[in-house]
Amino acid sequence: MTRKVSVVEKVHSVNDQLAAENQLQLQKAGIFSINLMASPGAGKTSLIEKTLAGLDPAITVAAIDGDVATSIDADRAAKAGATAVQINTGGQCHIDASMLRSALEQLDLATFDLLLVENVGNLICPASFKLGTDKNILIASIPEGDDKPYKYPAMYQDVDALIINKIDLLPYIDFKMDYFKAGVEMLNPGLITFPISCKTGQGIEDWIQWLTDQIRAGDSS
Amino acid sequence: MHELAITEQIAEIAIRHGEKNQAQQVTDLYLVIGELSTVIDDSVQFYWDLITDQTICAGAKLHFNRLPAIFRCLDCEKEYRLSEGELTPCPHCGSTRMEVLQGKEFHLESINIT
Repeated sequence: MTRKVSVVEKVHSVNDQLAAENQLQLQKAGIFSINLMASPGAGKTSLIEKTLAGLDPAITVAAIDGDVATSIDADRAAKAGATAVQINTGGQCHIDASMLRSALEQLDLATFDLLLVENVGNLICPASFKLGTDKNILIASIPEGDDKPYKYPAMYQDVDALIINKIDLLPYIDFKMDYFKAGVEMLNPGLITFPISCKTGQGIEDWIQWLTDQIRAGDSS
Repeated sequence: MHELAITEQIAEIAIRHGEKNQAQQVTDLYLVIGELSTVIDDSVQFYWDLITDQTICAGAKLHFNRLPAIFRCLDCEKEYRLSEGELTPCPHCGSTRMEVLQGKEFHLESINIT
């Protein structure tokens, strides 16, 4: 005899629950955390390097780098001055909350002011898997094209800040900034945006100032 | 490889609710998937058969109720959808101010058990 059982449970409920636990753990440790998402090659690791170079050296930083394989990104973050942990996702196209939890266990969180989580390069999957970080940040880059907000609305609608990298390439690429920004504005009205170039350093100062303000705001609360 | 992680999450929920209701077998799952929530295709059934072998969900059939994304223009208040998978300004008045009415759903609505 078949019977119907009502479930009505979000498919991501288990991950969401673990993300909430991560968030609590990070808050208790007094560490400000960000989840950096972008397509491959947008400049996630370069941004981490520039950020570490520009931040007040008194701010201690841990970096968790997610990649399908290899530790190239974690090695770069470590070389730039962070305490780095690599997550190899074993083929998964995103970091999930349980992977972050395992990585957090390898760090003495109370000794850090800032945690940078570098997600796997991908504009689709990371949007669905919350991690429990304070802020979700998306890096777009000029060579990707100006249509990405229209094609990947899920990624753009839930982030807390947007970095537009490689603006030094604007003269060479047919990228309509107004069109791009109109798409972003539709999905995420008033989203704070930082146009930067990791290559030339343009705009990096504004990003670092914002990040520093966020870290210090956490300290005083 | 996105589908594998999602399939594991669906299995965890279905097995938990099946066991709670003393199911011998879970025969069907009814999933609601909004167009904006995730990319998911029929490969989920393939993963499902691999993951749930030896569980009360073995052999269960997955049913997808796909909900299109629906936006409401905040200026002319008319509703519209994605155009060939892409977001556009309001096709009625050209406004870019909109809200999402539907499309973010992603949940397991119900299961059939024996």
